[in-house]
Amino acid sequence: MRWLAALLCAPITVLAAQPSALRSGLEFASADVRALQADDFANPGMLWVDRGAKLWSTPAGAAAQSCAGCHREAAVSMKGVATRYPRFDREAGAVLNLEARINRCRSTRQQADPLGFESDELLALTAYVAHQSRGQVPIPADDAASRAARERGREQYFRRQGQMNLACTHCHDRLAGRRLLAETISEGHGNGYPAYRLEWQGLGSLQRRLRACFTGVRAEAPPFGAPELVELELYLTQRAGPLRIETPAVRR
Amino acid sequence: MLARIQVPAQARQGEIVTIRIAIQHPMETGYRIDHFGRRIARNVIHTLAVRFGGTEVFSADMGSGVAANPFLQFHVRAQASGEFSFEWVDDSGARGSERATLTVV
Amino acid sequence: MLHRRRFLLAATTLAAVPLLAHAQSDPRRLALLREITGGPLPAAGRVLVDTPPLADNGHSVPVRIAVDSPMSAADRVQQIVILAERNPRPVVARYALGPLCARAEISTRIRLADIQEVVALARMSDGSWWMGGTRVIVTELACLEDG
Repeated sequence: MRWLAALLCAPITVLAAQPSALRSGLEFASADVRALQADDFANPGMLWVDRGAKLWSTPAGAAAQSCAGCHREAAVSMKGVATRYPRFDREAGAVLNLEARINRCRSTRQQADPLGFESDELLALTAYVAHQSRGQVPIPADDAASRAARERGREQYFRRQGQMNLACTHCHDRLAGRRLLAETISEGHGNGYPAYRLEWQGLGSLQRRLRACFTGVRAEAPPFGAPELVELELYLTQRAGPLRIETPAVRR
Repeated sequence: MLARIQVPAQARQGEIVTIRIAIQHPMETGYRIDHFGRRIARNVIHTLAVRFGGTEVFSADMGSGVAANPFLQFHVRAQASGEFSFEWVDDSGARGSERATLTVV
Repeated sequence: MLHRRRFLLAATTLAAVPLLAHAQSDPRRLALLREITGGPLPAAGRVLVDTPPLADNGHSVPVRIAVDSPMSAADRVQQIVILAERNPRPVVARYALGPLCARAEISTRIRLADIQEVVALARMSDGSWWMGGTRVIVTELACLEDG
Protein backbone atom coordinates (compact mmCIF):
# COMPACT_ATOMS: atom_id res chain seq x y z
CA MET A 1 0.00 0.00 0.00
CA ARG A 2 3.01 2.26 0.42
CA TRP A 3 3.27 2.55 -3.33
CA LEU A 4 -0.26 3.97 -3.41
CA ALA A 5 0.61 6.64 -0.88
CA ALA A 6 3.73 7.56 -2.82
CA LEU A 7 1.67 7.65 -5.99
CA LEU A 8 -0.91 10.00 -4.54
CA CYS A 9 1.79 12.46 -3.52
CA ALA A 10 4.08 12.13 -6.52
CA PRO A 11 4.27 14.91 -9.09
CA ILE A 12 2.58 13.99 -12.34
CA THR A 13 5.71 14.46 -14.49
CA VAL A 14 7.41 11.53 -12.76
CA LEU A 15 4.64 9.25 -13.93
CA ALA A 16 4.33 10.42 -17.51
CA ALA A 17 6.58 7.69 -18.90
CA GLN A 18 4.71 5.28 -21.13
CA PRO A 19 5.78 1.70 -21.71
CA SER A 20 7.38 1.23 -25.13
CA ALA A 21 5.40 -1.82 -26.25
CA LEU A 22 1.70 -1.11 -25.79
CA ARG A 23 -0.69 -3.83 -24.74
CA SER A 24 -4.33 -4.01 -25.71
CA GLY A 25 -6.90 -4.66 -23.01
CA LEU A 26 -7.18 -8.11 -24.52
CA GLU A 27 -3.77 -9.01 -23.11
CA PHE A 28 -5.02 -8.33 -19.60
CA ALA A 29 -8.11 -10.44 -20.10
CA SER A 30 -8.61 -14.08 -19.11
CA ALA A 31 -8.39 -16.97 -21.55
CA ASP A 32 -12.18 -17.22 -21.62
CA VAL A 33 -12.64 -13.56 -22.56
CA ARG A 34 -9.94 -13.80 -25.22
CA ALA A 35 -11.56 -16.92 -26.65
CA LEU A 36 -14.94 -15.20 -26.70
CA GLN A 37 -13.57 -12.18 -28.59
CA ALA A 38 -11.80 -14.42 -31.09
CA ASP A 39 -14.96 -16.39 -31.85
CA ASP A 40 -16.90 -14.25 -34.32
CA PHE A 41 -20.04 -16.31 -33.80
CA ALA A 42 -20.08 -16.51 -30.01
CA ASN A 43 -18.81 -12.93 -29.48
CA PRO A 44 -21.98 -11.23 -28.14
CA GLY A 45 -20.81 -7.89 -29.58
CA MET A 46 -21.35 -9.32 -33.06
CA LEU A 47 -25.11 -9.33 -32.38
CA TRP A 48 -24.91 -5.55 -32.41
CA VAL A 49 -22.79 -5.61 -35.56
CA ASP A 50 -25.53 -7.74 -37.17
CA ARG A 51 -28.14 -5.26 -36.05
CA GLY A 52 -26.01 -2.45 -37.46
CA ALA A 53 -25.87 -4.24 -40.80
CA LYS A 54 -29.68 -4.36 -40.87
CA LEU A 55 -29.99 -0.69 -39.88
CA TRP A 56 -27.47 0.19 -42.59
CA SER A 57 -29.99 -0.88 -45.20
CA THR A 58 -33.06 0.53 -43.48
CA PRO A 59 -34.41 3.83 -44.84
CA ALA A 60 -34.72 6.52 -42.20
CA GLY A 61 -35.99 10.06 -41.77
CA ALA A 62 -37.92 12.42 -44.01
CA ALA A 63 -35.53 11.69 -46.85
CA ALA A 64 -36.38 7.96 -46.57
CA GLN A 65 -32.75 7.27 -47.28
CA SER A 66 -30.71 4.42 -45.84
CA CYS A 67 -26.96 4.52 -45.21
CA ALA A 68 -26.62 2.03 -48.06
CA GLY A 69 -28.41 4.44 -50.37
CA CYS A 70 -25.31 6.67 -50.42
CA HIS A 71 -22.56 4.46 -49.08
CA ARG A 72 -23.47 1.19 -50.78
CA GLU A 73 -21.53 -1.78 -49.33
CA ALA A 74 -20.18 -0.87 -45.90
CA ALA A 75 -17.38 -3.40 -46.23
CA VAL A 76 -16.06 -1.27 -49.07
CA SER A 77 -17.08 2.29 -48.27
CA MET A 78 -16.52 2.16 -44.52
CA LYS A 79 -13.22 0.32 -44.61
CA GLY A 80 -10.70 2.53 -42.83
CA VAL A 81 -13.26 5.14 -41.79
CA ALA A 82 -13.04 4.37 -38.08
CA THR A 83 -9.28 4.91 -38.19
CA ARG A 84 -9.90 8.58 -38.88
CA TYR A 85 -12.13 9.31 -35.89
CA PRO A 86 -12.40 11.21 -33.61
CA ARG A 87 -11.34 14.29 -35.55
CA PHE A 88 -12.25 17.95 -35.96
CA ASP A 89 -15.02 18.35 -38.50
CA ARG A 90 -14.90 21.76 -40.21
CA GLU A 91 -18.54 21.64 -41.30
CA ALA A 92 -19.73 20.81 -37.81
CA GLY A 93 -17.18 23.14 -36.21
CA ALA A 94 -16.43 20.57 -33.53
CA VAL A 95 -14.50 17.40 -32.81
CA LEU A 96 -16.67 14.46 -33.79
CA ASN A 97 -16.27 10.87 -32.71
CA LEU A 98 -17.76 8.10 -34.81
CA GLU A 99 -21.12 8.21 -32.99
CA ALA A 100 -21.43 11.95 -33.56
CA ARG A 101 -20.46 11.58 -37.22
CA ILE A 102 -23.16 8.98 -37.73
CA ASN A 103 -25.72 11.22 -36.07
CA ARG A 104 -24.59 14.15 -38.22
CA CYS A 105 -25.20 12.08 -41.31
CA ARG A 106 -28.64 11.19 -39.98
CA SER A 107 -29.68 14.80 -39.46
CA THR A 108 -28.07 16.39 -42.51
CA ARG A 109 -28.51 13.66 -45.13
CA GLN A 110 -31.40 11.52 -43.93
CA GLN A 111 -33.34 14.32 -42.22
CA ALA A 112 -33.79 11.94 -39.31
CA ASP A 113 -33.62 12.59 -35.59
CA PRO A 114 -30.23 11.83 -34.07
CA LEU A 115 -30.03 8.51 -32.28
CA GLY A 116 -29.80 8.73 -28.48
CA PHE A 117 -26.52 8.13 -26.67
CA GLU A 118 -26.10 4.45 -25.80
CA SER A 119 -29.26 3.57 -27.69
CA ASP A 120 -29.28 0.13 -29.23
CA GLU A 121 -29.42 1.62 -32.72
CA LEU A 122 -26.52 4.03 -32.30
CA LEU A 123 -24.37 1.34 -30.69
CA ALA A 124 -25.24 -1.08 -33.47
CA LEU A 125 -24.41 1.35 -36.29
CA THR A 126 -21.21 2.53 -34.59
CA ALA A 127 -20.09 -1.05 -33.95
CA TYR A 128 -20.93 -2.01 -37.53
CA VAL A 129 -18.96 0.88 -39.02
CA ALA A 130 -15.99 0.49 -36.65
CA HIS A 131 -15.97 -3.24 -37.31
CA GLN A 132 -15.21 -2.55 -40.97
CA SER A 133 -11.86 -1.18 -39.78
CA ARG A 134 -11.07 -4.09 -37.49
CA GLY A 135 -7.39 -4.89 -37.65
CA GLN A 136 -6.43 -1.43 -38.83
CA VAL A 137 -4.34 1.11 -36.98
CA PRO A 138 -5.96 4.52 -36.24
CA ILE A 139 -4.44 7.53 -38.03
CA PRO A 140 -4.51 10.54 -35.67
CA ALA A 141 -5.91 13.66 -37.32
CA ASP A 142 -3.15 16.14 -37.98
CA ASP A 143 -4.99 19.46 -38.51
CA ALA A 144 -4.46 22.34 -36.09
CA ALA A 145 -7.92 22.14 -34.50
CA SER A 146 -7.64 18.38 -33.85
CA ARG A 147 -4.18 18.85 -32.40
CA ALA A 148 -5.43 21.55 -30.04
CA ALA A 149 -8.35 19.39 -28.94
CA ARG A 150 -6.06 16.43 -28.47
CA GLU A 151 -3.83 18.52 -26.23
CA ARG A 152 -6.85 19.39 -24.09
CA GLY A 153 -7.62 15.67 -23.92
CA ARG A 154 -4.05 14.98 -22.86
CA GLU A 155 -4.34 17.55 -20.08
CA GLN A 156 -7.55 15.86 -18.93
CA TYR A 157 -5.74 12.51 -18.90
CA PHE A 158 -3.06 13.88 -16.56
CA ARG A 159 -5.37 15.97 -14.40
CA ARG A 160 -6.09 14.78 -10.86
CA GLN A 161 -9.78 14.76 -10.09
CA GLY A 162 -12.50 13.46 -7.82
CA GLN A 163 -12.51 12.66 -4.13
CA MET A 164 -9.72 10.20 -4.74
CA ASN A 165 -7.70 12.91 -6.45
CA LEU A 166 -6.40 10.57 -9.14
CA ALA A 167 -5.61 11.13 -12.80
CA CYS A 168 -6.01 8.48 -15.53
CA THR A 169 -2.25 8.14 -15.71
CA HIS A 170 -1.99 6.97 -12.10
CA CYS A 171 -3.62 3.65 -12.86
CA HIS A 172 -3.20 3.18 -16.57
CA ASP A 173 0.43 4.14 -17.10
CA ARG A 174 2.45 2.93 -14.11
CA LEU A 175 0.06 0.41 -12.59
CA ALA A 176 -1.10 -1.49 -15.65
CA GLY A 177 -0.88 -5.18 -14.86
CA ARG A 178 -1.32 -4.68 -11.12
CA ARG A 179 -4.46 -5.76 -9.32
CA LEU A 180 -7.27 -3.51 -8.16
CA LEU A 181 -9.52 -5.66 -5.95
CA ALA A 182 -10.11 -8.73 -8.12
CA GLU A 183 -9.40 -7.02 -11.42
CA THR A 184 -6.23 -6.44 -13.39
CA ILE A 185 -5.66 -2.82 -14.41
CA SER A 186 -5.24 -2.45 -18.16
CA GLU A 187 -3.39 0.31 -20.01
CA GLY A 188 -6.75 1.93 -20.79
CA HIS A 189 -6.57 2.15 -24.56
CA GLY A 190 -10.13 1.78 -25.81
CA ASN A 191 -9.19 0.38 -29.23
CA GLY A 192 -11.93 -2.26 -28.98
CA TYR A 193 -14.88 0.02 -28.46
CA PRO A 194 -17.84 -0.13 -28.77
CA ALA A 195 -17.19 -3.25 -26.73
CA TYR A 196 -19.23 -5.98 -25.07
CA ARG A 197 -18.54 -5.88 -21.36
CA LEU A 198 -19.64 -8.85 -19.26
CA GLU A 199 -20.39 -6.44 -16.41
CA TRP A 200 -22.73 -4.41 -18.62
CA GLN A 201 -24.33 -7.55 -20.05
CA GLY A 202 -24.33 -5.64 -23.30
CA LEU A 203 -22.40 -3.53 -25.75
CA GLY A 204 -21.38 -0.01 -24.73
CA SER A 205 -19.42 2.94 -26.01
CA LEU A 206 -16.01 4.20 -24.95
CA GLN A 207 -17.67 7.24 -23.39
CA ARG A 208 -19.72 4.94 -21.19
CA ARG A 209 -16.52 3.29 -20.03
CA LEU A 210 -14.79 6.62 -19.44
CA ARG A 211 -17.74 7.90 -17.42
CA ALA A 212 -17.52 4.82 -15.22
CA CYS A 213 -13.88 5.71 -14.53
CA PHE A 214 -14.82 9.27 -13.56
CA THR A 215 -17.35 7.80 -11.14
CA GLY A 216 -14.71 5.34 -9.99
CA VAL A 217 -12.45 8.11 -8.67
CA ARG A 218 -15.54 9.83 -7.26
CA ALA A 219 -15.50 12.64 -9.75
CA GLU A 220 -18.61 13.96 -11.47
CA ALA A 221 -18.84 12.21 -14.83
CA PRO A 222 -19.32 14.61 -17.76
CA PRO A 223 -22.56 13.96 -19.69
CA PHE A 224 -22.45 11.87 -22.85
CA GLY A 225 -21.16 13.91 -25.76
CA ALA A 226 -19.41 16.46 -23.52
CA PRO A 227 -16.29 18.05 -25.08
CA GLU A 228 -14.10 16.68 -22.26
CA LEU A 229 -15.06 13.13 -23.18
CA VAL A 230 -14.58 13.60 -26.93
CA GLU A 231 -11.21 15.30 -26.36
CA LEU A 232 -10.18 12.48 -24.06
CA GLU A 233 -11.21 9.96 -26.74
CA LEU A 234 -9.13 11.92 -29.25
CA TYR A 235 -6.08 11.78 -26.99
CA LEU A 236 -6.57 8.09 -26.16
CA THR A 237 -6.77 7.19 -29.85
CA GLN A 238 -3.37 8.72 -30.48
CA ARG A 239 -1.94 7.36 -27.22
CA ALA A 240 -2.94 3.86 -28.28
CA GLY A 241 -0.29 4.21 -30.95
CA PRO A 242 0.11 1.09 -33.09
CA LEU A 243 -2.69 -0.91 -31.43
CA ARG A 244 -5.26 -2.12 -33.91
CA ILE A 245 -9.02 -1.63 -33.83
CA GLU A 246 -10.70 -4.69 -32.28
CA THR A 247 -14.35 -3.68 -32.45
CA PRO A 248 -16.38 -5.39 -31.13
CA ALA A 249 -14.02 -6.32 -28.29
CA VAL A 250 -15.08 -8.42 -25.29
CA ARG A 251 -14.02 -7.21 -21.89
CA ARG A 252 -14.88 -7.96 -18.28
CA MET B 1 -35.63 -10.69 -32.12
CA LEU B 2 -32.13 -10.64 -33.53
CA ALA B 3 -30.34 -13.97 -33.52
CA ARG B 4 -27.49 -15.77 -35.22
CA ILE B 5 -27.64 -19.41 -36.11
CA GLN B 6 -24.70 -21.54 -37.12
CA VAL B 7 -25.56 -24.70 -39.01
CA PRO B 8 -23.04 -26.08 -41.49
CA ALA B 9 -24.28 -25.79 -45.08
CA GLN B 10 -23.48 -29.40 -45.74
CA ALA B 11 -22.31 -32.57 -44.01
CA ARG B 12 -21.55 -36.19 -44.83
CA GLN B 13 -24.14 -38.83 -44.05
CA GLY B 14 -23.83 -39.79 -40.37
CA GLU B 15 -21.45 -36.98 -39.51
CA ILE B 16 -21.87 -35.17 -36.17
CA VAL B 17 -22.46 -31.46 -36.73
CA THR B 18 -22.34 -28.64 -34.21
CA ILE B 19 -25.30 -26.28 -34.02
CA ARG B 20 -24.88 -22.91 -32.35
CA ILE B 21 -27.34 -20.20 -31.59
CA ALA B 22 -26.87 -16.70 -30.14
CA ILE B 23 -29.88 -14.46 -29.42
CA GLN B 24 -29.79 -10.76 -28.56
CA HIS B 25 -31.89 -10.52 -25.40
CA PRO B 26 -31.28 -8.92 -21.98
CA MET B 27 -32.68 -11.94 -20.06
CA GLU B 28 -33.92 -9.47 -17.48
CA THR B 29 -33.83 -11.18 -14.09
CA GLY B 30 -36.47 -9.13 -12.36
CA TYR B 31 -34.00 -8.28 -9.59
CA ARG B 32 -32.58 -5.14 -11.12
CA ILE B 33 -33.68 -1.64 -10.08
CA ASP B 34 -33.75 1.29 -12.49
CA HIS B 35 -32.49 4.82 -11.79
CA PHE B 36 -35.80 5.77 -10.24
CA GLY B 37 -35.76 2.89 -7.79
CA ARG B 38 -38.38 0.87 -9.66
CA ARG B 39 -37.94 -2.84 -10.17
CA ILE B 40 -37.33 -3.77 -13.80
CA ALA B 41 -39.78 -6.51 -14.71
CA ARG B 42 -38.48 -10.02 -15.30
CA ASN B 43 -38.33 -10.96 -18.96
CA VAL B 44 -36.37 -13.98 -20.07
CA ILE B 45 -36.54 -16.28 -23.06
CA HIS B 46 -38.12 -19.23 -21.30
CA THR B 47 -38.51 -21.75 -24.12
CA LEU B 48 -36.44 -22.56 -27.16
CA ALA B 49 -37.33 -25.43 -29.48
CA VAL B 50 -35.26 -26.76 -32.35
CA ARG B 51 -36.88 -29.01 -34.93
CA PHE B 52 -35.62 -30.85 -37.94
CA GLY B 53 -38.11 -31.81 -40.58
CA GLY B 54 -40.81 -31.21 -38.01
CA THR B 55 -39.37 -33.51 -35.32
CA GLU B 56 -38.04 -31.98 -32.13
CA VAL B 57 -34.28 -32.27 -31.93
CA PHE B 58 -33.47 -30.18 -28.91
CA SER B 59 -35.34 -27.94 -26.51
CA ALA B 60 -34.38 -25.68 -23.66
CA ASP B 61 -36.38 -24.37 -20.68
CA MET B 62 -34.40 -21.41 -19.45
CA GLY B 63 -34.62 -19.16 -16.43
CA SER B 64 -33.04 -15.91 -15.30
CA GLY B 65 -29.89 -17.88 -14.48
CA VAL B 66 -29.00 -17.98 -18.15
CA ALA B 67 -26.65 -15.14 -19.10
CA ALA B 68 -27.86 -12.19 -21.20
CA ASN B 69 -27.65 -12.65 -24.95
CA PRO B 70 -28.10 -16.39 -24.54
CA PHE B 71 -25.73 -18.73 -26.32
CA LEU B 72 -26.29 -22.44 -26.87
CA GLN B 73 -24.28 -25.12 -28.59
CA PHE B 74 -25.24 -28.77 -29.10
CA HIS B 75 -24.47 -31.60 -31.52
CA VAL B 76 -26.69 -33.52 -33.92
CA ARG B 77 -26.19 -36.35 -36.35
CA ALA B 78 -26.69 -35.51 -40.04
CA GLN B 79 -29.01 -38.22 -41.34
CA ALA B 80 -30.78 -36.56 -44.26
CA SER B 81 -31.00 -33.19 -45.94
CA GLY B 82 -33.59 -30.90 -44.49
CA GLU B 83 -34.43 -27.74 -42.64
CA PHE B 84 -33.79 -26.86 -39.03
CA SER B 85 -36.31 -24.54 -37.44
CA PHE B 86 -35.55 -22.57 -34.29
CA GLU B 87 -38.34 -21.00 -32.28
CA TRP B 88 -38.25 -19.22 -28.98
CA VAL B 89 -40.49 -17.08 -26.81
CA ASP B 90 -39.91 -14.78 -23.86
CA ASP B 91 -41.96 -13.86 -20.78
CA SER B 92 -43.51 -10.87 -22.55
CA GLY B 93 -44.77 -13.15 -25.33
CA ALA B 94 -42.32 -11.87 -27.92
CA ARG B 95 -41.37 -14.61 -30.35
CA GLY B 96 -38.34 -15.25 -32.48
CA SER B 97 -37.67 -17.77 -35.19
CA GLU B 98 -34.99 -18.74 -37.64
CA ARG B 99 -34.46 -21.44 -40.23
CA ALA B 100 -31.37 -23.09 -41.63
CA THR B 101 -30.93 -25.75 -44.28
CA LEU B 102 -28.55 -28.67 -44.04
CA THR B 103 -27.58 -30.63 -47.14
CA VAL B 104 -26.37 -34.16 -46.54
CA VAL B 105 -23.99 -35.45 -49.20
CA MET C 1 -13.15 -46.51 -26.19
CA LEU C 2 -14.19 -48.76 -23.33
CA HIS C 3 -11.02 -47.84 -21.40
CA ARG C 4 -11.71 -44.15 -21.88
CA ARG C 5 -15.25 -44.58 -20.70
CA ARG C 6 -14.20 -46.51 -17.64
CA PHE C 7 -11.62 -43.85 -16.86
CA LEU C 8 -14.12 -41.04 -17.27
CA LEU C 9 -16.59 -42.87 -15.10
CA ALA C 10 -13.99 -43.43 -12.41
CA ALA C 11 -12.71 -39.87 -12.59
CA THR C 12 -16.09 -38.24 -12.37
CA THR C 13 -17.19 -40.60 -9.62
CA LEU C 14 -14.12 -39.74 -7.55
CA ALA C 15 -14.60 -36.04 -8.14
CA ALA C 16 -18.24 -36.35 -7.23
CA VAL C 17 -17.72 -38.27 -3.97
CA PRO C 18 -17.45 -35.13 -1.85
CA LEU C 19 -20.44 -33.79 -3.77
CA LEU C 20 -22.53 -36.81 -2.95
CA ALA C 21 -21.32 -36.83 0.63
CA HIS C 22 -22.40 -33.22 0.96
CA ALA C 23 -25.64 -34.03 -0.77
CA GLN C 24 -26.43 -36.64 1.78
CA SER C 25 -26.03 -34.18 4.59
CA ASP C 26 -27.93 -31.19 3.19
CA PRO C 27 -31.72 -31.67 3.39
CA ARG C 28 -32.43 -28.66 1.17
CA ARG C 29 -30.24 -30.01 -1.60
CA LEU C 30 -31.83 -33.45 -1.28
CA ALA C 31 -35.29 -31.91 -1.51
CA LEU C 32 -34.30 -29.92 -4.60
CA LEU C 33 -32.77 -32.94 -6.28
CA ARG C 34 -35.84 -35.07 -5.58
CA GLU C 35 -38.09 -32.33 -6.89
CA ILE C 36 -36.18 -32.23 -10.15
CA THR C 37 -35.95 -35.98 -10.68
CA GLY C 38 -39.45 -36.63 -9.42
CA GLY C 39 -38.20 -38.95 -6.69
CA PRO C 40 -34.87 -40.76 -7.05
CA LEU C 41 -31.60 -39.25 -5.89
CA PRO C 42 -29.07 -38.95 -8.72
CA ALA C 43 -25.98 -41.12 -8.54
CA ALA C 44 -22.65 -39.31 -8.62
CA GLY C 45 -20.74 -39.71 -11.87
CA ARG C 46 -20.81 -39.68 -15.67
CA VAL C 47 -21.58 -35.95 -15.78
CA LEU C 48 -18.74 -33.53 -16.44
CA VAL C 49 -19.26 -29.83 -15.68
CA ASP C 50 -16.52 -27.92 -17.47
CA THR C 51 -16.30 -24.33 -16.30
CA PRO C 52 -13.47 -21.96 -15.33
CA PRO C 53 -12.54 -22.32 -11.63
CA LEU C 54 -12.43 -18.52 -11.37
CA ALA C 55 -15.12 -16.70 -13.31
CA ASP C 56 -14.31 -13.30 -14.86
CA ASN C 57 -17.73 -12.06 -14.01
CA GLY C 58 -20.76 -13.77 -12.51
CA HIS C 59 -22.99 -12.28 -15.19
CA SER C 60 -21.56 -14.55 -17.86
CA VAL C 61 -19.86 -17.83 -16.96
CA PRO C 62 -19.19 -20.28 -19.80
CA VAL C 63 -20.31 -23.81 -18.98
CA ARG C 64 -19.96 -27.04 -20.93
CA ILE C 65 -21.83 -30.12 -19.74
CA ALA C 66 -20.68 -33.46 -21.16
CA VAL C 67 -22.29 -36.74 -20.15
CA ASP C 68 -20.64 -40.10 -20.62
CA SER C 69 -23.17 -41.96 -22.76
CA PRO C 70 -23.11 -43.96 -26.01
CA MET C 71 -26.07 -41.87 -27.27
CA SER C 72 -27.42 -44.88 -29.11
CA ALA C 73 -31.12 -45.40 -29.74
CA ALA C 74 -31.36 -47.72 -26.74
CA ASP C 75 -28.95 -46.00 -24.34
CA ARG C 76 -28.92 -42.22 -24.33
CA VAL C 77 -29.29 -39.03 -22.32
CA GLN C 78 -32.78 -37.59 -22.51
CA GLN C 79 -32.52 -34.60 -20.21
CA ILE C 80 -29.84 -32.35 -18.74
CA VAL C 81 -30.53 -29.91 -15.90
CA ILE C 82 -28.16 -27.19 -14.72
CA LEU C 83 -28.36 -26.18 -11.05
CA ALA C 84 -26.80 -23.26 -9.20
CA GLU C 85 -28.08 -23.69 -5.67
CA ARG C 86 -26.81 -20.38 -4.36
CA ASN C 87 -28.59 -18.45 -7.10
CA PRO C 88 -31.95 -16.92 -6.16
CA ARG C 89 -33.50 -19.41 -8.61
CA PRO C 90 -31.47 -22.62 -8.33
CA VAL C 91 -32.71 -24.30 -11.52
CA VAL C 92 -30.85 -22.50 -14.28
CA ALA C 93 -32.02 -24.47 -17.31
CA ARG C 94 -33.39 -27.80 -18.46
CA TYR C 95 -32.57 -29.29 -21.81
CA ALA C 96 -34.33 -32.13 -23.63
CA LEU C 97 -32.21 -34.05 -26.13
CA GLY C 98 -34.14 -35.55 -29.04
CA PRO C 99 -33.25 -38.66 -31.03
CA LEU C 100 -31.00 -36.75 -33.46
CA CYS C 101 -28.70 -35.46 -30.70
CA ALA C 102 -25.41 -37.19 -31.32
CA ARG C 103 -23.51 -36.17 -28.21
CA ALA C 104 -24.73 -35.53 -24.69
CA GLU C 105 -22.82 -32.26 -24.67
CA ILE C 106 -24.15 -28.73 -24.29
CA SER C 107 -22.36 -25.40 -24.02
CA THR C 108 -23.93 -22.22 -22.76
CA ARG C 109 -23.29 -19.18 -20.55
CA ILE C 110 -24.92 -18.81 -17.15
CA ARG C 111 -25.17 -16.34 -14.29
CA LEU C 112 -23.77 -17.09 -10.85
CA ALA C 113 -24.89 -15.11 -7.84
CA ASP C 114 -22.27 -16.50 -5.48
CA ILE C 115 -19.25 -18.75 -5.13
CA GLN C 116 -20.76 -22.20 -5.51
CA GLU C 117 -20.80 -25.59 -7.12
CA VAL C 118 -22.36 -25.61 -10.57
CA VAL C 119 -24.20 -28.93 -10.70
CA ALA C 120 -25.59 -30.77 -13.71
CA LEU C 121 -28.06 -33.63 -13.65
CA ALA C 122 -28.63 -36.06 -16.49
CA ARG C 123 -31.59 -38.35 -17.02
CA MET C 124 -30.87 -41.50 -18.97
CA SER C 125 -33.23 -43.41 -21.21
CA ASP C 126 -33.39 -46.18 -18.59
CA GLY C 127 -34.84 -43.68 -16.16
CA SER C 128 -31.72 -43.35 -14.02
CA TRP C 129 -30.33 -39.98 -12.96
CA TRP C 130 -26.66 -39.03 -12.65
CA MET C 131 -24.93 -35.87 -11.47
CA GLY C 132 -21.65 -34.00 -11.44
CA GLY C 133 -20.42 -30.59 -10.37
CA THR C 134 -17.58 -28.10 -10.31
CA ARG C 135 -16.85 -25.36 -7.83
CA VAL C 136 -16.62 -21.87 -9.30
CA ILE C 137 -15.26 -18.79 -7.56
CA VAL C 138 -17.04 -15.60 -8.56
CA THR C 139 -15.90 -12.13 -7.54
CA GLU C 140 -18.56 -10.04 -9.23
CA LEU C 141 -21.95 -11.53 -8.45
CA ALA C 142 -24.88 -11.69 -10.84
CA CYS C 143 -28.51 -11.08 -9.91
CA LEU C 144 -27.91 -9.61 -6.47
CA GLU C 145 -25.17 -7.10 -7.32
CA ASP C 146 -26.33 -4.60 -9.89
CA GLY C 147 -24.07 -4.11 -12.92
